[in-house]
Amino acid sequence: MIQENSDVILSIKNLWASVENTPILKGTNLEIKEGEIHAIMGRNGSGKSTLSKVLAGHPDYEITAGEIIYKGENLAELEPDQRAIKGIFMAFQYPLEIPGVSNLDFLRVAYNSHRKAQGEEEMDAFDFEDLVEEKLDIVKMDPSFLQRSLNEGFSGGEKKRNEILQMALLEPSLAILDETDSGLDIDALKTVANGVNQLATPENATVMITHYQRLLNYVEPDYIHVMSDGQIITSGGKELAQQLEDKGYEWLYEQYAPQEVEA
Amino acid sequence: MSMSVSSQDKLANRDQFLDQLLSQCQENTALETNSTFGAWLQKRQQEAANWVAASRMPHRKDEEWRFTDISPLLEHQFQKSQSVEVTPEATRSLQIPEASQSRLVFVNGRYAPHLSNLDNVPAGVTVASLAELDAQQQSQVTEYLTQQEGGEELFTALNTAGFEETAVVWVPANTEVETPLQLLFLSVGQETPSLIQPRLLVIAETSAKVSLVEQYASLSATSPAPYFNNPVTEVWLAGNAQVNHIRLQQETFNSFHFTKTAVTQAQDSRYACYPISLGAQVSRHDFDVFQTGTQVNTRLYGLVLGSGEQVLDTHSAIAFRHPHSSADQRHKCILDDSARAVFNGKMFVPQAAQMTNAAQLNRNLLLSQKAHVDTKPELNITADNVQCSHGATVSQLEAEELFYLRSRGLDDNAASNLLINAFAAEIINDISIASVRETLFNTLQNRFTG
Repeated sequence: MIQENSDVILSIKNLWASVENTPILKGTNLEIKEGEIHAIMGRNGSGKSTLSKVLAGHPDYEITAGEIIYKGENLAELEPDQRAIKGIFMAFQYPLEIPGVSNLDFLRVAYNSHRKAQGEEEMDAFDFEDLVEEKLDIVKMDPSFLQRSLNEGFSGGEKKRNEILQMALLEPSLAILDETDSGLDIDALKTVANGVNQLATPENATVMITHYQRLLNYVEPDYIHVMSDGQIITSGGKELAQQLEDKGYEWLYEQYAPQEVEA
Repeated sequence: MSMSVSSQDKLANRDQFLDQLLSQCQENTALETNSTFGAWLQKRQQEAANWVAASRMPHRKDEEWRFTDISPLLEHQFQKSQSVEVTPEATRSLQIPEASQSRLVFVNGRYAPHLSNLDNVPAGVTVASLAELDAQQQSQVTEYLTQQEGGEELFTALNTAGFEETAVVWVPANTEVETPLQLLFLSVGQETPSLIQPRLLVIAETSAKVSLVEQYASLSATSPAPYFNNPVTEVWLAGNAQVNHIRLQQETFNSFHFTKTAVTQAQDSRYACYPISLGAQVSRHDFDVFQTGTQVNTRLYGLVLGSGEQVLDTHSAIAFRHPHSSADQRHKCILDDSARAVFNGKMFVPQAAQMTNAAQLNRNLLLSQKAHVDTKPELNITADNVQCSHGATVSQLEAEELFYLRSRGLDDNAASNLLINAFAAEIINDISIASVRETLFNTLQNRFTG
């Protein structure tokens, strides 16, 4: 929801980023305020997923120019876990399977790492189980998933629901959903979207990265941005989604070619 | 010229070293030799001593010692360890709560009744020192003690020549021992290098069932002078017997631990062993399983943790002989710093052992660039209707997995720890005693932090 006078959570200015010396982001600009839901769309290879990984601090991505200011701090200086502690959460496009780590233990360790950072006492296993069981409802997950190894043998939909469960526990200020909708059938998509809607508050912000318009039927964005070749080439309201659905990306790419910008 | 002189010197030194060790085996006073049993044992020990005298120290040119350099052992002149007084308080942290009244303790290879507690051992089950066996048991024990196959191996023979006392677990037919047994072999290093030679004999008669923790530990992380612990364990499973065997090696980091575990399994028996190697400067575990009947099941789930300059060598061999048997072997090593591990896993599946189902997997996790593992699975199969698989992997912590965990707020250390725990969990979680699992997870946590 767009609010008057709300604080800027994230400000990206002329961001350039590379993987193995290949520039992927080439002058991205974006500003996100509290309470807002943004969608970033674009075809494969446009830089959407790179942007989410750069925000989360993936070690393979190097910022070569520009800046990311998150709640007044330069994000580039923070380790991935420090970013998480400060409220950045990325739901992975491909959540990793980690055999031998129980889902419940992982969730508790993650939750307690946030409590510890805030100077609070760690929550014991029993209290934590109660808390998780409350949150399970948000993504309609069966409690038996807690006892299994983290994501091991989970279906695509189960993995994505597990990501939203983590988000529900960690209550981030900035949630970035990297292609959370891809590969989901309509029921799973509705469940995940419903979870995202429940977690959106006037104090936090959500960024959905997707290349399917379908998700936007269930989570209504305040802004839609279209990425191409490492830049956001145009932004608009939700009406842009309908235009994309009707006309595809081509007309946009013709109308708004990426700008030549200096790093 | 000078080279050949020096290498001759070295050979001479190796011979001298062995002579010195053997000289420490000569005075054996634990049993009275005027009994029939005593005379029998003395004869067995003398035979072993003669065999050692005619042998030479292993060398890296020997196939079985190719990857393990034992020269650090040769730097010390080991003398038979002395008796040491240890208070019950000092051993408290090593006591396994689940076995609080079924604990047999030996100190430097000698029985320590005041540290043991056997109140909860069921009547009819023997958990004792060899000298305490009654005459009938003593006459029967000659069928088992020192009678395992494949005894022709130097360090095993050295133990046979020199062991003074023996811990005996003897479970009669159709008896299931509910409580786990703790067999704690405490090594107390001294001011000068010492030789310790404990012996353990486990006999599970027909349809008997027992769970035991064989533990080698000391009271400190290092000892004043290195010690050489050379224990030998013999396990006998009669028809349909079940033995669950956890073996913890927690020696001091300046000690040497060379050992043999020899197991004979009669038909329908089930044997599970968890050999866990944590301590010692150089550790060598020879593990032999001989299946002597059909439908035998063997499970070996090993875990090795190495750091610093440790060298941890495991050589296992499973000999199948009859149809319809199975083995499941998993051996995992986690190595940091400059630690080295060696794994050689042999499985023999002769023509007679049709319908064998055997799997062996050795997985290694290296936490530093300098850590090193030599792995050599050896399947020797001549039967044609069998299912046998083997594999070995060497990996590092996965960067993507670390990032996933860190993106949820776990710092570098916590993320690494979680992944290291996950790697070891397959072995540790299969251990049936909760306090042992807890100890091992704590050890993991402390060992590789930082």
